[in-house]
Amino acid sequence: MPKVTFKEDMCKGCGLCVSACPKKIVKLNDKLNAKGYRTAGITDQSACIACAFCATMCPDCVITVEK
Amino acid sequence: MSDKKLMKGNEAMAEAAIMAGCRHYFGYPITPQTEVAAYMSKRLPKIDGGVFLQAESEVAAINMVIGVASTGKRVMTSSSSPGISLKSEGISYLAGCDLPALVVNVQRGGPGLGGIQPSQSDYFQATRGGGHGDFHMIVLAPNSVNEMVNLTVKGFDLADKYRMTTMILADGTLGQMMEPVSFDSIPKSETVEKPWALTGTKEERKPNIVNSLALNPEHLENWNLERYERYAKVEENEVMYESYRMEDAEYCIVAFGVASRVSQNAIDAAREKGIKVGMIRPITVWPFPKKVLFEAADTVKEFICVELNMGQMIEDVELAIKCKKPVHSCTRTGGMIPSPEFILDKICEVAKNGGSN
Amino acid sequence: MTVFEKTKGLTDAPLHYCPGCTHGIIHRLVAEVLEELGVLGKAIGVAPVGCSVFAYNYFNCDMVQAAHGRAPAVATGVKRSDENNIVFTYQGDGDLAAIGTAETVHAAARRENITVIFVNNAIYGMTGGQMAPTTLPGQVTQTSPYGRDVTKVGYPVKVCEMLSNVDGAVYLERVAVNNVKNVKKAKAAIKKAFQNQIDGKGFSLVEVLSTCPTNWGKTPEDSLVWLEENMIPYYPLGVYKDISDKED
Repeated sequence: MPKVTFKEDMCKGCGLCVSACPKKIVKLNDKLNAKGYRTAGITDQSACIACAFCATMCPDCVITVEK
Repeated sequence: MSDKKLMKGNEAMAEAAIMAGCRHYFGYPITPQTEVAAYMSKRLPKIDGGVFLQAESEVAAINMVIGVASTGKRVMTSSSSPGISLKSEGISYLAGCDLPALVVNVQRGGPGLGGIQPSQSDYFQATRGGGHGDFHMIVLAPNSVNEMVNLTVKGFDLADKYRMTTMILADGTLGQMMEPVSFDSIPKSETVEKPWALTGTKEERKPNIVNSLALNPEHLENWNLERYERYAKVEENEVMYESYRMEDAEYCIVAFGVASRVSQNAIDAAREKGIKVGMIRPITVWPFPKKVLFEAADTVKEFICVELNMGQMIEDVELAIKCKKPVHSCTRTGGMIPSPEFILDKICEVAKNGGSN
Repeated sequence: MTVFEKTKGLTDAPLHYCPGCTHGIIHRLVAEVLEELGVLGKAIGVAPVGCSVFAYNYFNCDMVQAAHGRAPAVATGVKRSDENNIVFTYQGDGDLAAIGTAETVHAAARRENITVIFVNNAIYGMTGGQMAPTTLPGQVTQTSPYGRDVTKVGYPVKVCEMLSNVDGAVYLERVAVNNVKNVKKAKAAIKKAFQNQIDGKGFSLVEVLSTCPTNWGKTPEDSLVWLEENMIPYYPLGVYKDISDKED
C-alpha cells in the first residue's frame, strides 16, 4: 500500500503539494511546526496512488513516497 | 634554458611563470603588457596541460583566474592600470576566498585612460588592497628584468604559502626593456598542500566550498581577523628591500622599480660631489620595509622619495619613520620619467639646506 | 519500494527560499540529474549572486561562489583546469542576463563545455523585487512602480532566442516548473544539458521559468498560474537550438 511521509520540520506550508494531488488527499494541517508554518499532511493514506505529484512539486524535499 | 638570454621584461615574466609551474593564463590585450599574453599564447599550448585563453574582458579574465585558483592550480593574469581597475572586483573576491594567484600590473599613466607611458601611479591601489573590503595583496616591485623573473617565481610561492594574491607591480619601462636574464639561478619552487581545493568530492569527502560571503557579522569579523593574522606573518617574514650606499648616508632616497634605477645614477653623481646620499629600495611595497626605514631615520638627516606619480609612497615613508625626519618628494607623472639630473638637483637642493627644515 | 525520496545530490541543509519559491524544485532537479548521471563526485558548481547565492550550501558537491554575473567566467576556469570536472553554473536573471551578459554570451561563443542553469523569474528577488532584464512589459516591481514602460526602459532580454544566434551554443532549451508535466520536461532538459557536457559537446543552457511569490505579491499557487498566463506567452517554452547530435 502506498505510504506518504512528510518531514514536517522542513515544510514551509506553501501548499504546492496540495494543489498537485489528483486525489485531493493532501491538506495543510492546523498545527504549526517549529518554524511557525502550517505543515502539509495526508488525510487518507488508503486513497493514495503513489503518483508522487506532491513530492514533484515540493520545493523543500519534504515528502517521501513509497508503495 | 642555460646561460643568459636577452629578453623583454614582459616575456621574461611569462617564461618565469611557466617555470614556476603555472599552466593557466587568462588575459586581455592592453598596452604596455600585451607581450605577456602574446608570449603565453605561443608557449602554453605547446606544454602539457597548458591553457592560454584571451578573455572577453579583464573582468572575465580575473574570474577565470578565480576558477582555476579554486581548483588549487597555479594561475596568472596580467594587465595594465585601467585593466587592473576592472580586475579589482575579482582581486577582492580572490582575497575574500583566500585564493592564491599571481596578478601582474605593468603600470601606465593615469587616471582614466591616461597614457601608455610608464608610471607608478597605481601604488595606492596596489598597496591598499586593490579592491573593496579589508585585505592586502603581497606586492612585489622589481627593478630589472632579472628581478622580474625571480620575483615571479617567488610570487607564486608566497601566494600559495599565505593563500593570497601576489601582485608584480612593474611599469612600462620594465615590461618593454630588454636585458640579459638568467633562468639558471631560479630557486626551485615550493609546493604546498591544498586540501581546500575543488577537486571533486569523489563522493569520499564532504564538499569543499570556496566562498567569500558571511552574512553573520561576527563570522565575517573572525574571518577578517584570521586573515590579518596571516598578513602579520607576511609582514614579519617576507619584507624585502635593498640598500645602496647607505653605510654613511646623511640623505636617503626611497624609490622602487624603475625610479630606483634612475636614482642610483643620481646617487653616484651626488657622491662625486661629496654629498653622502644612499638609497633604500623597497622590493616588497606591501609589506612595506618599515623597520629599516625607521632605523635609518636615526642616522639620516632627510629622506627623498622618488616616484613616477604625484607622491604616493611618500605617505608610507612618513608613516614608517613616524615623521622623525623630513621627507621630500621628487616626482614626475603622466608617463614622464625623472632624469638622473632632475633627481640630482633635488638631492643638491635638500643637501644645501642641510637638515634645516 | 521507494517511489520518491530526497536525492543525495542535495545536502541536508534546509533551503532558505521563501515558501513556494520554485528555486527549490530546480535545485532538486539539478541534484537528481547529477546523482543519476553518476557525476556528483566530479561535479563542481558555481553559485551566483542573488537569491541562489547560498546554492553552495545545498548541492552535495564542490562549490565556488562567484561575483555577480561572473559565474560563466569562473566556470570556464574550473573547466579549463581539468576537463574531467563536470562544471555547472546556477544563475538568476539579473546575474545572467544583466550584469553577466558578456560572460554568458562569450562562454557560449567559445562553446565552453559547461552546463548553465538559468533561472528566470522576471524579478530581482534577493534585493527585494526590483525590475530585472526579464521583467515583463507592464510588470510592476519596486523600481518599475508604474509598470515596466518599454518606451523608457526598453524590452526584456530573451536569453534563449538571443543565444540561438551564437554559433558556439550547442543546446538551448526553455522550460518551466509550474506543473508536474513541465517539471518532468525541465528535468529531461537539465539531464540533456549535463549529458552534453559529459559527451564533450559544449555549451548547454537550460532556461527555467520560475516563480517569486514574495516579490510578485501572490500566493505560491497563484504564482504558478501567473507564470503560465504571463511568462510562458512572452517566453515560449521549447528547444531553441540543439546541435548536440551534429559532428563537429
